Amino acid sequence: MAKLASALVNRLVIIVPYAWLLFFFLIPFFIVFRISLSQTTVAMPPYTPVFDLAGGLAGILEKAREFSVDNYVWLTEDALYFNAYVSSLIIAAISTFLTLLIGYPIAYGMAKAPRAIRPTLLMLVILPFWTSFLIRVYAWIAILKPEGLLNQFLMTIGIIDQPLIILNTNSAIYIGIVYSYLPFMVLPIYSALEKMDHSLIEAAQDLGCTQVSAFWRVTFPLSLPGVVAGCLLVFIPAVGEFVIPDLLGGSETLMIGKTLWNEFNANRDWPVSSAVATVLLLILVIPIVYFQNVQAKADGERG
Amino acid sequence: MPNFGIATNNGQGATAQKWATCLEPINEGSCMSKLVVATLAAAMLAGSATLTWAQERVVNVYNWSDYIDDSILEDFTKETGIKVVYDVFDSNEILETKLLAGGSGYDVVVPSAYFLQRQIAAGVFQKLDKSKLPNLSNMWNVIMERTAQYDPGNEYAVDYMWGTTGIGYNVDKMKEILGTDEKPNWDVVFNPEIAAKFKDCGIHLLDAPTDIMPSALAYLGLNPDSHEAADLEKATDLLLKVRPYIRKFHSSEYINALANGDICLAVGFSGDIFQARDRAAEAKAGVTVDYSIPAQGAQMWFDMLAIPADAPHVAEAHEFINYMMKPEVIAKASNYVFYANGNKAAQQFLDKEVLEDTAIYPTDEMMQKLFTVTPFEPKEQRVLTRLWTKIVTGQ
Repeated sequence: MAKLASALVNRLVIIVPYAWLLFFFLIPFFIVFRISLSQTTVAMPPYTPVFDLAGGLAGILEKAREFSVDNYVWLTEDALYFNAYVSSLIIAAISTFLTLLIGYPIAYGMAKAPRAIRPTLLMLVILPFWTSFLIRVYAWIAILKPEGLLNQFLMTIGIIDQPLIILNTNSAIYIGIVYSYLPFMVLPIYSALEKMDHSLIEAAQDLGCTQVSAFWRVTFPLSLPGVVAGCLLVFIPAVGEFVIPDLLGGSETLMIGKTLWNEFNANRDWPVSSAVATVLLLILVIPIVYFQNVQAKADGERG
Repeated sequence: MPNFGIATNNGQGATAQKWATCLEPINEGSCMSKLVVATLAAAMLAGSATLTWAQERVVNVYNWSDYIDDSILEDFTKETGIKVVYDVFDSNEILETKLLAGGSGYDVVVPSAYFLQRQIAAGVFQKLDKSKLPNLSNMWNVIMERTAQYDPGNEYAVDYMWGTTGIGYNVDKMKEILGTDEKPNWDVVFNPEIAAKFKDCGIHLLDAPTDIMPSALAYLGLNPDSHEAADLEKATDLLLKVRPYIRKFHSSEYINALANGDICLAVGFSGDIFQARDRAAEAKAGVTVDYSIPAQGAQMWFDMLAIPADAPHVAEAHEFINYMMKPEVIAKASNYVFYANGNKAAQQFLDKEVLEDTAIYPTDEMMQKLFTVTPFEPKEQRVLTRLWTKIVTGQ
């Protein structure tokens, strides 16, 4: 009886994440996907066909014939969309790499710190979240602008004599993304490094590894799951980032978030913007699923 | 039913007084607990007010942010007993998305006329019941004629405020670069040789083709309301020539950028630039901002009061709109926000600094040069947006 009850509880616990995915990912995605197969029109809502449940199943099937993939064909006809996807992926990849470069040493330092001060360090990493994201991005405008804090500081100590133009360039976007997403990189890497058994390093050094090669041959491979998780947590939202390029970037920066905004708000074309969003999702989901499969297989072989 | 709206206000007033006594250090000890009690009492009053809303008369208003003197809403409640639930937005697109999705729950919304027209076509609004709007007689026919281009017969909406799209500029830098005190015209933006002089100082343009293209067409001597592809190409060529001198296309950042002295020039909405002017004056950091309606003509825009087709409180919405057409009321609003309104009878109640400012109420001669533009069909809009992306990103 107790066994049955605990099995039931286990089931229920599994249902929660699945229900979450169903209600907050799959159903919204299907709504977006369904709009992407529609045509734009001047009405409320601004697309057709619209289903009327009163018409019964036959009515719905009849209307469903109006669905078409025209919007996806449209995306291939103008190089703008392709360029916007590619440019978003490149900006996200560079930002992720920079975040890793800065985040890894921070996580490493935290994991190597005395146990007593680790909670404090952890809190310091999370601390920026106590202020609104938008305000923090605005603050960077004040730091990076030509007469801003950074330029004033550099000019006072005499490193430069002309203000650096950073605001409204891609450099400002990288700074903004790296700053905003750094905790998402640091936390998973820290948690991977913290769990690591220190005697493995000692063993490697006993067997003739230098400190550096022990890091690359033992520590880094063991922290890889944290690195991968951190990279995905930074890369995925960075691809669709809208606020940071809008506030810190220049107008010539082409990103898919802005293209989508234009389709939705300037052209009022909900179907095309839904198609843009669907393609973006596929671009992101396929590599992730592939990667997970590869990793699962590798884990299986090792086990 | 007693008016709980006012009772709640009293509760909050009491809390505010307690706060004041709390600021005195001697009371510090017992003060906090008193404050908690007062806050709880106010919250409970607010809670009971919520319960009575069902019987109470309410109007849900959705307006632009920083666009009204709050005392007008309080006066309206005092006079009519209708409680105002006031909510704000900061872009036409946000308002439009809510309206097109339907079921917004708002009774009075304030889209710009350009957006209003396409929203009427989509069936978003209901016709106004003019028998319930006796104050329509106060409206200014000059403005009514113009808004009728968007809403024939002014069947669906009445003007709240109107303004122009012109040039905001840093007065000292302008004088330094051009060597004259005269107000700038479109040459500073659309003439590549002159625009080049402002490159380092910084130029911002609004990031919407429908705000900039008509002015570029007017500068070229073409019809500002042209939807012809050939004309739009010419305007695009003009903008591409000055593109290298433009620091950023953005529809709100210029307010702060002008006020802080980060940029010299911005093509923006009159009211936004007045806001930048006020902020710069308050900051006392030596930045002076002013607004110019360019001599070659400028686009006029109108923010319109309208009632969604699915509004839950239609009668209250009419009462609210009628109230906003009272001369003293709308004059009070204009005196507060520094925008011109579409109410002729209100002009006698306007402050001199508003009525006599030609940047707010242009001279008759200037009025002749102001133009309005009509919305693009979806297919035309797509062409226009694409041209704009080419101008802004080079792609």
